[in-house]
Amino acid sequence: MKISKEKFGQSIDALSSDYRLIAPVSEAGGVNYKAVKNFSDVKQDYLNSKLPPKSFFFPQHEKLLSYVKNGKDVTVKNELQAEKTILFGVRPCDSKGLLLLDKVFKNDQYQDPYYYERRKNTVVIGMACKTIAPTCFCSSMGLSPASSEGADIFLIDLGDSYELEIITEKGKALLGDLGLSELSAQEQALVDAVKSAQTTSQVDVSTITEKLDKMFDNPYWENLQEKCLGCNTCSFSCPTCHCFDISEEVRQNSGSRVRTWDACMAPLFTLHGSGHNPRSTQKARWRQRMMHKFNYFVHNNGDIACVGCGRCIRSCPVNMDMRQVIDGVNKAELVVE
Amino acid sequence: MSSVVEEIRETARQLLADGKVDVVIGYEKGTLPLKATPCFVRTAQNVDKLIWDETCENNLAAFSYKIPGKKAIITKGCDSRALVVLLQENQLVKDDLYIIGVSCQGVVDKRKIENELGEIIEATITDGKISVKGMSGSGEFTFAEVKDATCQTCRYPNPVIEDIHLGGTVEVPEEAVLFADVLEMEAKSDSEREAYFGEQMDKCIRCYSCRNACPLCYCQECFVDCNTPRWLTGGVNRAENLFFQAGRVLHLAGRCVDCGTCSRACPQGVDIRALNRKMSRDVLEMYQHESGISEDVKPALNVYSGDDPEAFLVKE
Repeated sequence: MKISKEKFGQSIDALSSDYRLIAPVSEAGGVNYKAVKNFSDVKQDYLNSKLPPKSFFFPQHEKLLSYVKNGKDVTVKNELQAEKTILFGVRPCDSKGLLLLDKVFKNDQYQDPYYYERRKNTVVIGMACKTIAPTCFCSSMGLSPASSEGADIFLIDLGDSYELEIITEKGKALLGDLGLSELSAQEQALVDAVKSAQTTSQVDVSTITEKLDKMFDNPYWENLQEKCLGCNTCSFSCPTCHCFDISEEVRQNSGSRVRTWDACMAPLFTLHGSGHNPRSTQKARWRQRMMHKFNYFVHNNGDIACVGCGRCIRSCPVNMDMRQVIDGVNKAELVVE
Repeated sequence: MSSVVEEIRETARQLLADGKVDVVIGYEKGTLPLKATPCFVRTAQNVDKLIWDETCENNLAAFSYKIPGKKAIITKGCDSRALVVLLQENQLVKDDLYIIGVSCQGVVDKRKIENELGEIIEATITDGKISVKGMSGSGEFTFAEVKDATCQTCRYPNPVIEDIHLGGTVEVPEEAVLFADVLEMEAKSDSEREAYFGEQMDKCIRCYSCRNACPLCYCQECFVDCNTPRWLTGGVNRAENLFFQAGRVLHLAGRCVDCGTCSRACPQGVDIRALNRKMSRDVLEMYQHESGISEDVKPALNVYSGDDPEAFLVKE
């Protein structure tokens, strides 16, 4: 079923008093998700955003609470903000990324109130990819350029209109009755083409988890990371990386407790107060990155924590390529004890 | 294959065979078009991986003190200047170093191409022309059109120190005005500059790729990572980002060799170099010092003279 872009935009704009709209916009240096006033401000033809939309649920630097001391009295303020939000135009890799973050921040054992409230108050409108970058490899990660996993509503761009699919109750509740019309034969063919598309770049992760079970001590890690600069670029641009650090920002009589993104590639990540660093080499850090994404996360949460968006590949200053690293794991010889 | 590449491979092969070095630090073809990647060659059979062309954009001096053992480094002009500073600052032992000098025509700024054609799918370089197939179309560029901004003002394309020189040398064009870009920035009004740098700082995500790519940012503990005292927060906003970037530039005063690797490493396209260039010009104007040109010239911050300009304190 389809809806004209004009009509769809009107429906979204009609919700603007209740929801803020976060959508891809063009800015200096690329496309990113930003709050926009009107649907007409949304960039329609984009490959993907430079940075994933995870920061709207899990901001890079977030005040959890603040406090003011007055003598012995302390007033504590909860800083949680979770506006009702429509997150528009999320690519399949990134909406799957949100499902993976859910496993960390809102699971049976633990619900992170900050993440959870924002997630609860957000409707995700997914958008199929009509163009596929050479660094995209989502097809190898159980997805495709048109998979709707993680979206509440899913769209395929047909030019002047969208093919629209309501995925969840949340999505249904947002838009109500839209008065959708049937696709023409030509449009159906376009939808079929988008749905059958695959990424040209592929990796094999079919046995990587089991392989990594046996690879903690393996010479493969020795020289793998030699060129890695140990910056945070890959982690910060990853839709599934979720490590953070909690610290106090203290002034004389007031302060706040903040949560900031952290990254396993940096030495400071595991540095103890004593000065001891249990992960003291870049070798150990790269092993951790691979183990966490392709082994520990699978054992703990049943899924690989990589969605094949390719951002880490595109943004790495020294061309560390996740596809090559995966391939290297596949080819590594196991050490027989 | 160019003859320089053949010479590089042959030299590397010989150095390894003679046991003169344990490792040759150079470049190999990357997985992305127009992107070479650093590589570490330890055996003769890997020597043929080595390449040298306009895509070798990293400053390999950044690896010189991280990789243990005796090493040969493929060194272009700016890399050699960084090695001079590192030697002066006792970060390297000269006997452990074998500098394979190559002259550099400049490197490609992929962003210029991607701004026009989208993400690059395929690219070939032949006779100074770069043919590109991008996500949003195909095109052909001359090398001059897409040369990195740093390389356009480079005055040291030839290594300033080397143990061997391979290939020819590059003629240094006479620049009519040095630091024309800085002068242009200085001519702007305060509000224009504030707007420009504000926009640049808004893009920064504090991933520290600039710092980590920089051959001269080798502090064991960077001031941004220090928490006793905490100099700045992890807050990603204009003020904190500028504090980081400006702080880094000040720490590079009289040291920065203007290789531009910080700007090239930045995933967000922040014009980091604009700050460094201003600092370099001030150091040159006030202290007649250009970093990394000769091991025999003491770095500006290590020389005190009663005549040092103090215009920032008192009228002179």
